[in-house]
Amino acid sequence: MKHIISALVENKPGVLAHVAGMFAARGFNIDSLVVGRTEDPDLSRMTIVVIGDDRIVEQVRKQLARIVPVVKVQDFVGKPVVMRDLMLVSIAVLPEKRPEVFTLIEMFRGHVVDIGQKTIMVEVSGPETKIEAFIDVCRPYGIKSVARTGTIAMPRQGTGED
Amino acid sequence: MYTVSSPSAGPAAGSLPRTGAQIIVDALLAHGVDTVFGYIGASVLPLFDRLYDAPIRFVVPCHEQGGCHMADAYARAGGKVGVIIATSGPGACNLVTGLATAMMDSIPLVAITGQVRTDLVGQDAFQEAPTTGITRAVTKHNSIVTDIKDLGRTIYEAFHIASTGRPGPVLIDVPADLEFQKCGGNGAIRVHLPGYKVPRNGHAKQIEEAAQAINRSERPVLLAGGGVITAGASQELRELAAKANLPVAMTLMGLGSFDQRRPESLDMPGMHGAPYANFAIQESDLLIAVGARFDDRVTGKVDTFATKAKIAHIDIDPSNISKTVRADIPIVGDARVVLAALAGCVEYRDRTQWFAQIAEWKRLYPVGYDRKAAGLKPQYVIEELYRRTDGNAVITTGVGQHQVWSGQFYKFRQPRQLITSGGLGTMGFGLPAAIGAQIARPEALVIDIDGDHSFNMTMAELSTAVQNELPVKVCILNNGYMGMVRQWQELFYRKRYAYSHLRNPDYAEFARAVGAAGLTVRSRDEVGPALEQMLRADKPCVVDFHVDATENVVPMVPAGKSLDEMEGLDVLQNAM
Amino acid sequence: MSSEPQAPASAAQAVATVKTGAQIVVDTLVDLGVDTMFGYQGGVVLPVFDRLYDAPIRFYIPRHEQGGCHMADAYARASGKVGVVIATSGPGACNLTTGLGTAMMDSVPLVAITGQVRTELIGNDAFQEADTTGITRPVTKYNSIVKDVKNLERTIREAFYIASTGRPGPVLIDLPVDVSFAKCACNGKAALDLPGYRIRTKGHARQISMAAEAINKAERPVLYVGGGVITANAAEELRLLAQKAHLPVTMTLLGLGSFDQRQPESLDMLGMHGSAYANYAVQECDLLIAIGARFDDRVTGKVATFAPHAKIVHIDIDPASISKNVRVDIPVVGDARHILVELAREVEYRERGPWFAKIAEWKKKHPFRYDKKAKTIKPQYVIDEICRQTNNAAVITTGVGQNQMWSAQFYKFIQPRQLISSGGLGTMGFGLPAAIGAQIARPEATVIDIDGDHSFNMTMTELATAVQYELPIKICILNNGYMGMVRQWQELFYNRRYSCVALKNPDYATVARALGAVGITVEKKEDVPKAITQMLAEKQPCVVDFRVEREENVLPMVPAGKSLSEMEGLAILESMA
Repeated sequence: MKHIISALVENKPGVLAHVAGMFAARGFNIDSLVVGRTEDPDLSRMTIVVIGDDRIVEQVRKQLARIVPVVKVQDFVGKPVVMRDLMLVSIAVLPEKRPEVFTLIEMFRGHVVDIGQKTIMVEVSGPETKIEAFIDVCRPYGIKSVARTGTIAMPRQGTGED
Repeated sequence: MYTVSSPSAGPAAGSLPRTGAQIIVDALLAHGVDTVFGYIGASVLPLFDRLYDAPIRFVVPCHEQGGCHMADAYARAGGKVGVIIATSGPGACNLVTGLATAMMDSIPLVAITGQVRTDLVGQDAFQEAPTTGITRAVTKHNSIVTDIKDLGRTIYEAFHIASTGRPGPVLIDVPADLEFQKCGGNGAIRVHLPGYKVPRNGHAKQIEEAAQAINRSERPVLLAGGGVITAGASQELRELAAKANLPVAMTLMGLGSFDQRRPESLDMPGMHGAPYANFAIQESDLLIAVGARFDDRVTGKVDTFATKAKIAHIDIDPSNISKTVRADIPIVGDARVVLAALAGCVEYRDRTQWFAQIAEWKRLYPVGYDRKAAGLKPQYVIEELYRRTDGNAVITTGVGQHQVWSGQFYKFRQPRQLITSGGLGTMGFGLPAAIGAQIARPEALVIDIDGDHSFNMTMAELSTAVQNELPVKVCILNNGYMGMVRQWQELFYRKRYAYSHLRNPDYAEFARAVGAAGLTVRSRDEVGPALEQMLRADKPCVVDFHVDATENVVPMVPAGKSLDEMEGLDVLQNAM
Repeated sequence: MSSEPQAPASAAQAVATVKTGAQIVVDTLVDLGVDTMFGYQGGVVLPVFDRLYDAPIRFYIPRHEQGGCHMADAYARASGKVGVVIATSGPGACNLTTGLGTAMMDSVPLVAITGQVRTELIGNDAFQEADTTGITRPVTKYNSIVKDVKNLERTIREAFYIASTGRPGPVLIDLPVDVSFAKCACNGKAALDLPGYRIRTKGHARQISMAAEAINKAERPVLYVGGGVITANAAEELRLLAQKAHLPVTMTLLGLGSFDQRQPESLDMLGMHGSAYANYAVQECDLLIAIGARFDDRVTGKVATFAPHAKIVHIDIDPASISKNVRVDIPVVGDARHILVELAREVEYRERGPWFAKIAEWKKKHPFRYDKKAKTIKPQYVIDEICRQTNNAAVITTGVGQNQMWSAQFYKFIQPRQLISSGGLGTMGFGLPAAIGAQIARPEATVIDIDGDHSFNMTMTELATAVQYELPIKICILNNGYMGMVRQWQELFYNRRYSCVALKNPDYATVARALGAVGITVEKKEDVPKAITQMLAEKQPCVVDFRVEREENVLPMVPAGKSLSEMEGLAILESMA
């Protein structure tokens, strides 16, 4: 099962190495790991997607909390949460096929960010399932390359569309 | 419990600019450090120059690994934080085994390593190694100081992290240019660790639940690990065991937390534990583990471990709980506080049947050996040593057969009396550990019970004992083999003794060459007189016992088997 | 270049047979041409050791894994083959750290195999568990853990390939014990799968031409040669280039032996304790051609003022080494041997009379010197005498510190792989195990460890290893009762406040005899030649304890952070003339 773990860490050199080293040492698998700044300049947030059973994820959570510069650890499993992944994808599209692809992009609320002779670059964001679905529909045209940020997440306060 | 004198203002509070080297020395003094182990090198020259005038005893080993083990054993024996200083590159690399040894056994150490100048870091400069990268996995915490303004605080934090919660080694890497730089003091140093929290009291409801489980239990076993000793909770353990009438088993690291001469003692369980401890755990209906972490050497096959028991697990480190064995009643907190609280809630129960069963196991399967054998049995040496020291010596060990025999045949009475590498299992630990323990406790009788191969690893440190006039004793149980490896080869590899044998030097002559006393014992009759001579020696003394080369440690739970599937019980019964 | 991985020896091996992981390890090693290994037993490597027992591999057990790792390292340095060391999990693996760091910094091809706890126990802090790949990541060229026996053979082959190609280095394979027991069909022909690993052998032709042109134009060129030339087996090509273009040659510590120091073109070693003539030449040159050297801080002094008049050509197989510390004008990435051959083809002879005259003048004025009239035993005298009695032909290993610098200054090396010393990491205690590894690699050679007392203390237990295997190594301890180099710095920069540098040493000759070796003590200057003669005649390990002048300094010296031309001690040296 996929768990999204959010760790608030001190914004210091070496913290990422500590976290990555712990995962490797204990044989936990990371699906994705994103680090970014927060509203507090002293803190960064790491969003880590881990695959494993409850027992493994419980250990992941505890072992993360043991790392001195890790301030707070949350597991979002079972909680209402907004998840986003950002993708840049370069698709092989000849000019005559463009309108067709533009329709798809619109359906997925993507943006065209670059147009070349034979390719277009598209930015899509959303939950992982949406990103994967977009890749699937574009595959017939030919995908040249993909870059993704990995998942970031935040618990929901109210209701809203995912 | 580890004592760190509350970091007082002391010389640190002055507002005069100080060099980084002076800031480090002042931080050490502010924490009550009076003994430091270490080895000099280019990147720590300024620091050593400042240490030269400080009221600190400085002990120089032959090799940084030795120094790190000394600081470790100093902490284990004395209950204070051990401090080790080494230079960059090879000096720092040489600490890895010592740090890992301390890490696995939760020993509070502060290691300070020099680093190349900040402008050279990352350039593969002379004697540069990425010390924080290398030691990340073997320290509780580490960091490199890149700004002189952070130096004092970082050292203070290191002492705090090393000595609180589940203790462990903390390493601080200091580039040489920071040692020269000056920085104005700004008064008190504040520790700032937003991510570091130490649990203490334990959840009251959980404690209540554990107490009820104890009160209801018919076949309870209390299992004490090293955490009880770390927490200074032996007294509380004894009170709980007495009040609720509980038998007590101890892991290797827990030995000494409960007087083994008492009838409630089940001694050590596990792979080479006492049969009665293993049977009791397997038959128990309640296992109360305190400061123990269900190591694979203790549990055997996890699936069949204590299957009839409800498990209460008291530990200060939440990550230990349910890591290998699922705990029914987890209690996160300081062992001393939790044990005292628990004792307040339990009642006395007779449990005659349970204690009768235990007595029967003890009668049927005592830990023993062939006492009628003509040869010199290693167990006999330890028994004699126990008898002649009244069970009062501080014992250090190497790793392997002699370590297990020390755990089996020396009966420990006091915490911090056995100093051994339990988790990492570091051969060569015994001799430097004896040196560190002797420095921590000058009045104590300190004896390293060692194997020949373990002794070989760090034997150069004998000259450190000579140089510092420390009367440590070394008993080498010399069988010419890596005994435990040989035993496994005998049992599981059809006696194919592949590369487990070494041609050993004459240890007595070696001892004399470095300025210690040296004795050789080849027969049973010589054991008593040699031990007497050793115990009288006022300088380091090595006794080389040429013991039965193919003696096995029994009983033995083969790797991956259940605790009650012990082999060698027949040997024990025949030996009676 | 280190030995290439070999193709499977015969077609018969290509048939897939079911084997245990332990058997796959041993068969693959044998197939790769390994005939010598170093290592120490332990719980989780038992199955591999059991298979090694019957294998056609000479196996050496050290007293401590650090010693074993240094032995494998020196075996590689002395033979040009890949060194192999095996250790158990936890403490065994941790004990390799310093040895791996040493090999890493000096680019020595090493394969380390470590046992690991059962896969299911990994991460549980099991008995003798350590995060070996995590710990050793910064001190290896590459490391990995094998969790599936199907990948085992390929991983071992990749380890040898990575260790021995490009810029060589140590590679570690972590092997959980259950993988050693697991069985798998294996045909002995696993193919490498390393999409991220590329090696550039041939240098860029245009860059080589530019370098050749620069050489042809240069009036004051200097060839600056590092260990890469020895690794690439390019000493002969270096000699041809220096001869054809008429170039003076200076060497780093690790480069010593790549050019015959008895030749007039040799400027000997440069750097912090290098020769005055090498340092002056580098500072005055108009072209510096660096080959297989990495502009280490001990070589360059203050980088900003290093070789200020020179255009810099840098030939190295590792692109990351180029322009790392010093800005390079003409970078050439590739194998030193190949590039030196190409370069030699395009260069012309030039007389450069004034430049060589200038060098000759510096050499005359500032040779390496010591006080030959002193009544005490000068450490330099001991080395001079060893060099004389061995006709420059011994393999020399060293500890670290003064003993190492004096060996580099006063022994004149003539062949590659003749000096075996920890240059980059500067590991004290390297000398004795290195001598053992070198002697095993070259049984016919005279192998001498020139050591310091403190360096020897670190690993002296390995003397018992030399005795056990009847290796006739010689150990010359330049015993001054101090950590000499640190004492020298304290004398020069800390007002002679000798903090923690004096150890009460044992009587080394007695220790040697207790361990089964020959021990000799030399206290008088006049006994030095005789003792060395006796030592060289010994067929067993022999330790000679030279009680040398206690406060002798290594001169000249460029203080840390100063320019190469700001050497101290030149006046003192001149006064000894």
